[in-house]
Amino acid sequence: MSAGFHELEEAPPLMTSRLEGDLLEVSMGPQHPSTHGVFRMNVALEGEIVRKLKPVFGYLHRNHEKIGENTSYLGSMPYTDRLDYFCSMTNNWAYALSVEKLAGIEVPERAEYLRVILAELTRLQNHASLLGFLLSDMGAWGTPLMYAFREREKILDLFESLSGSRMMCDYMRFGGCRCDLPPGWMERARKLVDGFPRFLDEFEKLIVSNEILIARTQNVGSLSSELAINAGITGPMLRACGVNYDLRKVDGYGFYPRFKFRVPLGDHGDCYDRLMMRALEMRESIGILKQAMEQLPAGPIINPKVKLRAFKPPVGEVYGRIEGPKGELGFYLISDGSANPYRYRVRPPSFVNLTILEDLCLGHTVADVMVILGSIDIVMGEVDR
Amino acid sequence: MESLEEIKARAERAVPGAKITIVPNPGPANQPSLLLDNEHATAVVQFLRDDSELRLDHCSNATGVDWLDRKVSKKVKVKKVVEGEEKEVEETQEDLFPGYLEAVYHLYSMTHKHGPVVIRTRTKDRAEGARLPSLTPIYRSAEFQEREIFDLYGVRFDGHPDLRRILMWDEFVDYPMRKDYREPDDYEYEPTPHDEVLEKAKQHQSTRPELDGAEKLTARS
Amino acid sequence: MSGQVDEGLRSELQKQGIWVTSTQELYNWGRRNSIWPLQFGLACCAIEMIATAASRYDLARFGGEVFRPSPRQADLMIVAGTVTKKMAPQIVRLYNQMPDPKYVISMGACAISGGPFKQGYNVLKGIDRYIPVDVYIPGCPPRPEALLHAFMELQRKIDGQKLTGEKKAPFLDRKQPSEFPVPAFGAHDLEPPANPDVFRPPVVERT
Repeated sequence: MSAGFHELEEAPPLMTSRLEGDLLEVSMGPQHPSTHGVFRMNVALEGEIVRKLKPVFGYLHRNHEKIGENTSYLGSMPYTDRLDYFCSMTNNWAYALSVEKLAGIEVPERAEYLRVILAELTRLQNHASLLGFLLSDMGAWGTPLMYAFREREKILDLFESLSGSRMMCDYMRFGGCRCDLPPGWMERARKLVDGFPRFLDEFEKLIVSNEILIARTQNVGSLSSELAINAGITGPMLRACGVNYDLRKVDGYGFYPRFKFRVPLGDHGDCYDRLMMRALEMRESIGILKQAMEQLPAGPIINPKVKLRAFKPPVGEVYGRIEGPKGELGFYLISDGSANPYRYRVRPPSFVNLTILEDLCLGHTVADVMVILGSIDIVMGEVDR
Repeated sequence: MESLEEIKARAERAVPGAKITIVPNPGPANQPSLLLDNEHATAVVQFLRDDSELRLDHCSNATGVDWLDRKVSKKVKVKKVVEGEEKEVEETQEDLFPGYLEAVYHLYSMTHKHGPVVIRTRTKDRAEGARLPSLTPIYRSAEFQEREIFDLYGVRFDGHPDLRRILMWDEFVDYPMRKDYREPDDYEYEPTPHDEVLEKAKQHQSTRPELDGAEKLTARS
Repeated sequence: MSGQVDEGLRSELQKQGIWVTSTQELYNWGRRNSIWPLQFGLACCAIEMIATAASRYDLARFGGEVFRPSPRQADLMIVAGTVTKKMAPQIVRLYNQMPDPKYVISMGACAISGGPFKQGYNVLKGIDRYIPVDVYIPGCPPRPEALLHAFMELQRKIDGQKLTGEKKAPFLDRKQPSEFPVPAFGAHDLEPPANPDVFRPPVVERT
């Protein structure tokens, strides 16, 4: 080959294929319509492509753990409602379960069934509102959220007639539940559960084969199962990567082993899988609810031996966890034998799930960041505590 | 899953020089933990994660605990010469245990679906020596949680890729989750203090002489 | 001025299809029925705020359904949720960016006084330490009906605002500040911990 030809090949092109320039730093949040609360991301952009992303937390850090260490065990129960304010029932359950483990308290059968029913109702309303929020983040402003909130209101009505509060139920106690079902509650709940698949059918028709949604979510924010396990991802987000790890099956807490249900698994780990995982989990929840409502036994709803007011568990420590709608919700408690816990720690699923936010967003456009964040399903009350 | 003693023995064999102590946990929960020495902690945890029988691949929870200096008084019988003759006298001895900060990790296995194995590491003291090895290179899930421990407890993690404050602002200097932390003085405006808040308000006011007499004012709006 | 026309005559005229009004009434009627809130939620209360705007409670009936993500287009800031010390400077900045006339609803116990989280080291004990508040709603969180009530209270307040004279509305008075200093992050606390020009707490006897 002649030298001249070689030179020609090596010559730089007249125009670069893309624009070179400084990265543009953008601060998204804490006031932003789709950051799901007061979340902030410092994003470095090259054109529209995300090259770097650093989440900034703490805008809702309201010292839940410190307050928990300065108050009695029972006194923390209303505070757990405000952790993940969509799912007060599951938060209550996780805390009650940890304290029951710490003090070795038995729970009556009826209370366990009620807990399962309420936790699955919570899962329904959490997933429904998540889908609504996610779609409005994508630009379907209004309608899907209205549909989701219509269903959510029905479930909140049930919670209200049971516990007296729409969102902050403060319903569970160590060794059972606070009060029994009001008359007519079960019929209303049954009616809701029977009618829920209709909403799901309608909603799935809206989303499953929607071209825009598929373009916005498929192959966006893919997560490998190895990274997901290593980064401690739990909940629907982990199962969207194909890892079969559902604490309802693994730990078998409550009476979950008595119910027949399947664990939906995804295989790409992208936003579409994460979205569908919620829709499929709602179907399974309806199945669990139907079984639990049929089998609900009569009996006491709280263990009469537990003295709630002067509650002092024995010295020791415990880590208890349940499968919350967002992932593994755990409570780590150290008791020194006094009325207040020595250490009160919440293991928030959405906080740990945010660990890989940067990995998911790199290389995608800035508009995709909102979709990826929405598909992780975060609630700032729990992330910052 | 094998017992904690077996895990300890195997880990000590796999990592020469590692000192592992089993910290018992009384009470019905029965979750005893493994206390690792700081030099070999990362190697031991690496073993726990990669061992084919254990495969503790899911570090679920990482958190800090603050243990203050403790004085434990106990009664000891001492032989003493009292008035010329030897007698056994009871005396109270005070042992001072220096405080330390602790990091606690809860490990589970997603592959074998067992757990938890609780591991803990302890700092030398609560001041300059508050350093621990970071487990973030082994478990990504510890990244933000260790940052949180640094922010709220002031433990410096060696080997952490990005150790900054996470929940509080960068200019903040205290470590608020420590047991001896005192929050800033903003209780004097409480219109109707009660219980603990009243106690705190009184405490704060006694430290501020310029406010003396303010509490004697009658209600006005 | 409406005061110069007899009420009975007015309603009699209205029956005949003649509407007598004043500039002030017309102006306030327009303002109070198109309050655009800032789309801005902090914590639990924000979810109830969304529920208020959603299908069942329908804030649109009161002309407040147009949530604006930009403070430059908003008339009303609903401080919905716990205000932390880390967030407080941003809220004051957002308030400063809103154009006059602007109103603030302090929604929920946390925004009023810190609420259940009052003892937290990072919790601001009430947003009225830095910005003036028009309507307070108690509750944790307040029900959507309570937010609607606060909206109606605010509409009543707007209705009563005068455009001229001695007692004209504060936003028409050039001497009244419409922006407030943004607190800075200090080593232990926000600096200053409260704005003395805005925050005048009652002092209660302590024994």
